[in-house]
Amino acid sequence: MELLYNIFVDPFAQMVSTPDFLLQVLWEGFVTGTLYALIALGYVLIFKASGVFNFAQGIMVVFAALSLVGFYEAGVPAWLALLLALGIMAVLAVGTERLVLRHMVNQEEIILFMATIGLSYFLIGSGELIFGGETKSMITEELGLPTGSTVLDVAGGIVILQHIDIAAAVIAALMVAALAFFFSKTRIGRALRAVADDHQAALSVGISLNQIWAVVWFAAGIVALATGIMWGARSDVSFALQIVALKALPVLILGGFTSIPGAIIGGLIIGMGEKLFEVYWGGLMGGGVEGWFAYVIALIFLLFRPQGLFGEKIIERI
Amino acid sequence: MIYREAGQFKTSYRQDSAIFPILQDRIAIIFYLFVAFIVIPLFGSDFFLNSMMIPFLIFALAAIGLNVLTGYTGQISLGTGAFMGVGAYSCYKLTTFFPETNIVLLILLSGFFAAGIGMIFGLPSLRIKGFYLVVTTLAAQFFLEWAFIRVGWLYNYNDSGAIEVPQREAFGLIVTGPAATPSVRYLMVLSIVVLVTWVVSNLIHGRIGRSWMMIRDMDIAAELIGVRPLHAKLSAFAVSSYVAGVAGAMMVFFWLGAAEVESFDVNHSFLILFMVIIGGLGSLVGSFLGAAFIWMLPIVIRAVPRVLGLDINAATVEHLNFMILGALIIFFLIIEPHGLARLWSVVKQKLRVWPFPY
Amino acid sequence: MFGKMVTGATILATALTLQTGSVSAEETLFVPSLSYRTGPFAANGIPIANGFADYFTMLNERDGGIGGVKVTVEECETGYNAQKGVECYEATKGKGALVYNPYSTGITLQLIPKAPVDKIPVLSMGYGLSAAAIGEKFPWTFNYPATYWDQMSSIIKYIDGKEGGIKGKKIGFIYLDVGYGKEPIPLLDQLAEEMGFTVVKFPVGVKEMQNQSSHWLNVRKERPDWMIMWGWGAMNATAIKEAAKTRYPMDRFIGNWWSGANVDLEPAGEAGKGYIAANMAAAGTDMPAIQDILKYVVDAGKSKVAERSDVGKVLYNRGVLNAVVVAEAIRTAQEMTGKKMITGEDMRLGLENLDFSAERMAELGLPGFTAPIKASCENHGSGGSIFLHQWNGSGWETITDLIPPMTEKVRAMLEEAADKYVADKPDWQTQDCG
Repeated sequence: MELLYNIFVDPFAQMVSTPDFLLQVLWEGFVTGTLYALIALGYVLIFKASGVFNFAQGIMVVFAALSLVGFYEAGVPAWLALLLALGIMAVLAVGTERLVLRHMVNQEEIILFMATIGLSYFLIGSGELIFGGETKSMITEELGLPTGSTVLDVAGGIVILQHIDIAAAVIAALMVAALAFFFSKTRIGRALRAVADDHQAALSVGISLNQIWAVVWFAAGIVALATGIMWGARSDVSFALQIVALKALPVLILGGFTSIPGAIIGGLIIGMGEKLFEVYWGGLMGGGVEGWFAYVIALIFLLFRPQGLFGEKIIERI
Repeated sequence: MIYREAGQFKTSYRQDSAIFPILQDRIAIIFYLFVAFIVIPLFGSDFFLNSMMIPFLIFALAAIGLNVLTGYTGQISLGTGAFMGVGAYSCYKLTTFFPETNIVLLILLSGFFAAGIGMIFGLPSLRIKGFYLVVTTLAAQFFLEWAFIRVGWLYNYNDSGAIEVPQREAFGLIVTGPAATPSVRYLMVLSIVVLVTWVVSNLIHGRIGRSWMMIRDMDIAAELIGVRPLHAKLSAFAVSSYVAGVAGAMMVFFWLGAAEVESFDVNHSFLILFMVIIGGLGSLVGSFLGAAFIWMLPIVIRAVPRVLGLDINAATVEHLNFMILGALIIFFLIIEPHGLARLWSVVKQKLRVWPFPY
Repeated sequence: MFGKMVTGATILATALTLQTGSVSAEETLFVPSLSYRTGPFAANGIPIANGFADYFTMLNERDGGIGGVKVTVEECETGYNAQKGVECYEATKGKGALVYNPYSTGITLQLIPKAPVDKIPVLSMGYGLSAAAIGEKFPWTFNYPATYWDQMSSIIKYIDGKEGGIKGKKIGFIYLDVGYGKEPIPLLDQLAEEMGFTVVKFPVGVKEMQNQSSHWLNVRKERPDWMIMWGWGAMNATAIKEAAKTRYPMDRFIGNWWSGANVDLEPAGEAGKGYIAANMAAAGTDMPAIQDILKYVVDAGKSKVAERSDVGKVLYNRGVLNAVVVAEAIRTAQEMTGKKMITGEDMRLGLENLDFSAERMAELGLPGFTAPIKASCENHGSGGSIFLHQWNGSGWETITDLIPPMTEKVRAMLEEAADKYVADKPDWQTQDCG
């Protein structure tokens, strides 16, 4: 009886009695969700355009953020460091295309997936070799991003909003809008979608696979840099950050591998869902449940829609 | 010239469908087993046995387990690490309850617990396919990792939260615990690996194995010609998790000696997936080659500067190690996407007609 | 191909064995250093490994080693991973290793049962299995200056003094959800029962280290009076940032001695002002021995530190302390056995008879470096005192004298835990201290 009470009554009673805290939980969930969505976005971009599940996206986030901070520490002004970091991501994109993807046209998905794992090993090794393993602080203020926080009085309590979190949400929204425009309205965007459908067919109508891949990996690199800055401002830039990137997997699966709105909505559902569950129900199970709860959310959705919320319908023929 | 099959006639279907149809292959297998069972334990140093051969064999077995699921049945799984954990923790509980029972028997039994858990998490595979299936196995991975920490009963409420292997004897020898010599533990691991590999090989070449491969190649078509997906998929999950569970139990009992959750984390699931893909999907030899490649190569790279007498920082070596491993993975995938096993069979094919290819 | 691989590997293994022979021929004291300069915990592993190596280099340069024999420190990279740690152990134990300092509770747990078999002691300085402090049950393991249980009891004592009675208070415990973080829980639960306070636990998984917002939402919900942290690596800095964000009063937030390094607080800077952490080795470069390190090692370009200012930071000095303890134990062993080249067994004697007094510290040029350490056959580590220091926005300030632990309570629990550890190991080697 008491257990049932703790599961079905008590959490809701808490939500009603302290609405300010509920709002804070939802806000934190929203912000975390946005950041998950940003990581997932990088995966979606590459998957959509090349059918590659890019395992290296997580390490690209770390790599981008580290090069930004690394350049700044070497004495370069912040704006130039940002440009140089973008340059690094461009070099990485072209390099990946030249050295890896070009040789693997029309391979199976799992082989391409494996190649990106090789890539991420390479990036981890070279990243630690170049930048060292120490934790670095993100240069938030130098980049002109807001710091500090606003306190709102809500229903007899307070809700604390960090300015950097608000900035993260705004930047994520802008980025998604830009990408949506790029994919649907530009020539190169349409070519990207063609490549996603079929490598060989796209080749046969004269689309340069190589060029498209370099472009899309660069776009994913930009997303990675933005994610790295935002996440780095929340905690710090270190190689441990790549583990957080694993959280993008349930987001992707929930939203569908090919859908940009899916990544956003999936991110928000996972972010808010896991925070609510951890805060109001986690204590019953000894805490630390958010590690797997995201996957359970994704699993429940999948049982009803096996292709993800916004994934393309799978049509099977014999 | 030596490796050719001229003059070897097959006079029955049985001979024709043998796993090693060529005499030289049979001799080679006997030779490998001779080296593995006699030469290595006699001449291998402790470091070679402990840090190279034992983990290599254990990971090879885990890779065989995953290969059953991913290579033969086409279901991608990232839960191998956790299923290994289930095997390890259940073996630990079994030996707590039955301290007198032969530990080898318990290790083989503990695989069944892993098989049970594997089947439960395999259920969604009936509806979810491809990369999306990764989510159910990842859910298994993270849920089980969490359970290994939270359920104190599993590790006998040890303050450290780790399972520590007690000393056990079997066949009149100390086989587990720190007092067991590396060669005894090596021989135990080797025997179990050979036994399980033999059983799995027979399963694969039999009716069940064929139904797995039909599901892999096209599940709807397989269903239409009478393969029951429920049976085929769940049996693949069960066999795969069983093998992984045995590998996990051996990992803790014959290799590590004590284990925390981190020994079964998602990185191990990835590691074993690498072994399967690098080695070759759907190949038992490939599982061994993949495990050797992924496990031994870093050790060899690490040893190179020491042997050459170069004074390189240990951390730098580790960074270079990551870079070289990553580059080699990509290199091998480019020259042969179907893994080392395919490379191996190409070499064999060439040898068969050498020196007169036409 | 498989056959060739095996042969290749065998040749390599033989080469390794030959290599071993040539090293020991040079007659140096071999001290392996299981370091982690890679992986998620690298930021904390690097300064420790640097401090450890630099002190021995300084001894070699200044004094020609210990008792006239030079010391070889060989680093092996573990990445804080237990499996790689065991591999490092296997790779180095044959070279005459004197003692292992694993710097990871997970690796320590693996090495404890191996130590009596290979006759090489394990020194887990201020970490590892608390019960190993019971010398009768763990002859080969040492964990002075203090176990986690001692440390926790000292922290509770501090809170008790500040509050004028801890009874009825709520203590939050946020920890890294691995063996290390869980280690002090039995003692904390016991003390809560005896002293009448409540404990709320906030486990942080390794995957959530940099993603702690829900843990701190829970802290806000539970409103504990004090927070205690057992964190490591990237977890510390993130926790302190999140605490500042949720406006938890910093001067009621206490970290253990692995949660109070410069790297943990520098990212938070001003926001972390008031945060308190335990410590065992004084920070700073004023001490003559640290000056010698700067002179003989760092300025001579023989150190791996990135910048000269890294010397003297909290974890660097922790590494130095570890090296000093090992060096003193070697010296003690040399004096006891009369041999210059000692073995692992002699080293065990040296560690067990270590008497690192305040006078000795002054002699070594490290006055007031740490609380005096005196080991005995019965006691391999419990009972050391700690001091607390507070972050002032840019550096640490010591705020307390040495706080001794609640020895009576801790010792009884340690013995119970040691008995439990030994219970299911029939041939476990114990020693009689009668």
